[in-house]
Amino acid sequence: MTFLQLLFVFMLLTITAGFLGWRRATDPVFLQGRRSRSRAVYHGSYTALWCAVPMIVIMLCWLMVEPWFIRPAVLQAFAPAAGEPAVNAMFQYLEIRNIAAGVLPGSNASEMVIQAVESYKSLSQTAGVVLSILFLVAGMLGFYRGYKKLAVDFPAREQVEKFVRFFLLASSTVAILTTLGIVLALIVEALRFFKHVPLLDFLLGFKWSPQVAIRADQVGSSGAFGAIPLFAGTMLIAFIAMLVAVPLGLFSAIYLAEYARPSVRTLVKPMLEILAGIPTVVYGFFAALIVAPLIVDASSTIGLHASSESALAAGLVMGVMIIPFISSLSDDVITAIPTSLRFGSLAMGATRSETIRKVILPAALPGVMGAILLAVSRAIGETMIVVMAAGLAANLTANPLESVTTVTAQIVTILVGDQEFDSPKTLAAFALGLTLFCVTLVLNFIALKIVRTYEERYD
Amino acid sequence: MITPNEKLVRKRKRAEMRFRAYGILSLAAAGSVLLFLILTIVSSGYTAFFRATVELDVQLDASRMSLAEPYSQDVLMQGRYTSVARDALYAQFPDVTDRKIRRSLAKMLSVGGELAVRDYLLEYADRIGSTVTLELPLSSDFDQLYKGHLPRTGEHIRFSKQQLQWYDRLMAKGSIHYRFNSQFLFGGDSRYPELAGIGGAVAGSFYALLVCFLLAFPLGIAAATYLEEFAPDTRLTRVIEANINNLAAVPSVIFGLLGLAIFLNVFGLPRSTPLVGGMVLSLMTLPTIIIATRASIRSVSPGIRQAALGMGASPVQVVFHHVLPVAMPGTLTGTIIGLAQALGETAPLLMIGMVAFIANVPATPLDASAALPVQIFLWAESAERGFVEKTSAAIMVIMTFLILMNLLAVIIRSRTQTRVE
Repeated sequence: MTFLQLLFVFMLLTITAGFLGWRRATDPVFLQGRRSRSRAVYHGSYTALWCAVPMIVIMLCWLMVEPWFIRPAVLQAFAPAAGEPAVNAMFQYLEIRNIAAGVLPGSNASEMVIQAVESYKSLSQTAGVVLSILFLVAGMLGFYRGYKKLAVDFPAREQVEKFVRFFLLASSTVAILTTLGIVLALIVEALRFFKHVPLLDFLLGFKWSPQVAIRADQVGSSGAFGAIPLFAGTMLIAFIAMLVAVPLGLFSAIYLAEYARPSVRTLVKPMLEILAGIPTVVYGFFAALIVAPLIVDASSTIGLHASSESALAAGLVMGVMIIPFISSLSDDVITAIPTSLRFGSLAMGATRSETIRKVILPAALPGVMGAILLAVSRAIGETMIVVMAAGLAANLTANPLESVTTVTAQIVTILVGDQEFDSPKTLAAFALGLTLFCVTLVLNFIALKIVRTYEERYD
Repeated sequence: MITPNEKLVRKRKRAEMRFRAYGILSLAAAGSVLLFLILTIVSSGYTAFFRATVELDVQLDASRMSLAEPYSQDVLMQGRYTSVARDALYAQFPDVTDRKIRRSLAKMLSVGGELAVRDYLLEYADRIGSTVTLELPLSSDFDQLYKGHLPRTGEHIRFSKQQLQWYDRLMAKGSIHYRFNSQFLFGGDSRYPELAGIGGAVAGSFYALLVCFLLAFPLGIAAATYLEEFAPDTRLTRVIEANINNLAAVPSVIFGLLGLAIFLNVFGLPRSTPLVGGMVLSLMTLPTIIIATRASIRSVSPGIRQAALGMGASPVQVVFHHVLPVAMPGTLTGTIIGLAQALGETAPLLMIGMVAFIANVPATPLDASAALPVQIFLWAESAERGFVEKTSAAIMVIMTFLILMNLLAVIIRSRTQTRVE
């Protein structure tokens, strides 16, 4: 059975089970003239759950077990040569699955692969039949057990609620599982990378050219993995972005919070929200197609040469993207300052700008710093603008008119398109990802801490 | 005579004016960039919704199209329509007989011309053998010429003198028309700019968002309900809360790495599909939904809770029958905003392979497909001039969806505000 058919059967069985439970609980013979302890709906839910949960459990177990069960059988022919890592087998397996599913063309596959595809197809067909039977039996047995339990004084509601609470708890752990998944995936792959390239060479190397020689005698593909040029490029673009975003965002926030009339606020706020809601790929298009040529023209009129993929274009546009982020966070911080501080200063004869500069901003400084740190972490993690506008050449330069590359841009270029499994090049993306994750995590942690202590100060 | 005191006052007043001007200037700068962005996109993109076609008399000769009776769907799908389409164009210029020159003439027609003939025959198979007047699309370069995006003269001119003469003759005859291009809105991607459409990408995005919604909405509400209503104040709870806040700030490209390493390589889910895309996006949307739902559960008046408890409802019943329905508008607003963010998200979809060139419109979430933002990225990267207007037009479409979604969120929010007040 296909997945959709299974889903249909699942829903049908569950609804039937629920209906049967409900009908039993409303049956006068069953009730024998008494009132049941729980409402009929809960009896129905109880039997439906007993039917659905075993099926879901079987399905999940199957997903876990299936690869380990079919894979060795399919890959028997591909006994790995001595010393070959197991990952190649994994890759082979994925390829076979994809051919079997018709995602990849099987026309140019080798004889061995075609045989493996055939054996995969027949195995998975048998397995599918077994699964379907197990699935149905589990659902029916579960339903039978739940149905037998029903009685006039059976606490169906308590049982169902117990399950609901468990479900709620389980859902809230999804966030933790996600973080765990991210950390595990990044660390496992990054460790494999560091087997090829020492950690210090990665963090402190000055040359980045991730092409690895396919043949031993190939020229010009040294495979250098020194990430310093990427860090420098990331910093340069983030720095330009902050040069744009911090003053513009901060002054916008000050104006909106301290000067603007409510009517102006209701007009301007949606504008900033639109700016914040524009997808980054649109900013990337804007940077690459409109801003970058403008910069090339402008710098050639003053006698400078600008690359068509300059750091300046990416940085400027990224700055515009971050303006609403800084302004809305700073706006919150500034409006949270008690009006007594403001009135005190104004009553002493200070002008409004003096009040803002000498009283409000110093008081808001920690919060604003938090906002800026969060913005920096966003600038570092921003991907599409740099992929489209910043180029791929790993130059170590501080000249904003030249082309630089960033951590995120490299991750994307390495992983888009065909990848060789287990090559240092592919794994390098995960090492870069780990670095990025750690840096943004630390930045966010510090920023959230600052903002929180600040919020408590004026509560 | 100005006293030093007045001087100081004037100076302070000027400083005040300057400070205020900085604020206005910042906002004006942000606003003008936004305006500039929208204007450039709209002005370069609106033409993609139209295309230039040429009106030709096509002789539907069965043998020329390699068709044999019966003219079933399958037979018609296999037919060869290139020559009849070209013949129709040649017929307009009887003076052109040389084969080489004719080839250059044929370049004026889009590859889509033969598809137009096929689609016509699929509908009117009985016309085979007769001559009909059809409008066939021009090739991308001439389409761009008609729209004024390509110059007729200059260094990098893409047309020969002859081609321009033919074009002018067709224009003079009035056979070139400017039509609404429905293929752009509903068709799949293509290597030829004049045939490329966003239908496949829109469907892919729709399925990805559907999967994202189906996963993130129930999970988000459940998690928020647990944290707000049932969670004991333990270490675990605090860890979960800190986690959710942190997850909201993790760069999107990291989620792409997660999807690649776990969903694709460990679980072996199919690459390039909206299913996996939706799963990755749901993990990114989850924190947004949880945070919004918690805020709106917190704002439910305690009176409702107490009244329900007083009537004998169990804690679970209180939450599901009373608190959550009242909190639903806030939850929905948060969900829509989260989905709008997910719609614009590109980097994680690139990682899980939704960048492959796919010309079909996906029928289920398990078919390989592109997504709207990824399509924008792909078109922006292609060198051909004809894709620039397509990119801008695709941006117009995605922005329209985003604005509609945000409007919906605003409407839900304002309607409930008036109800509570």
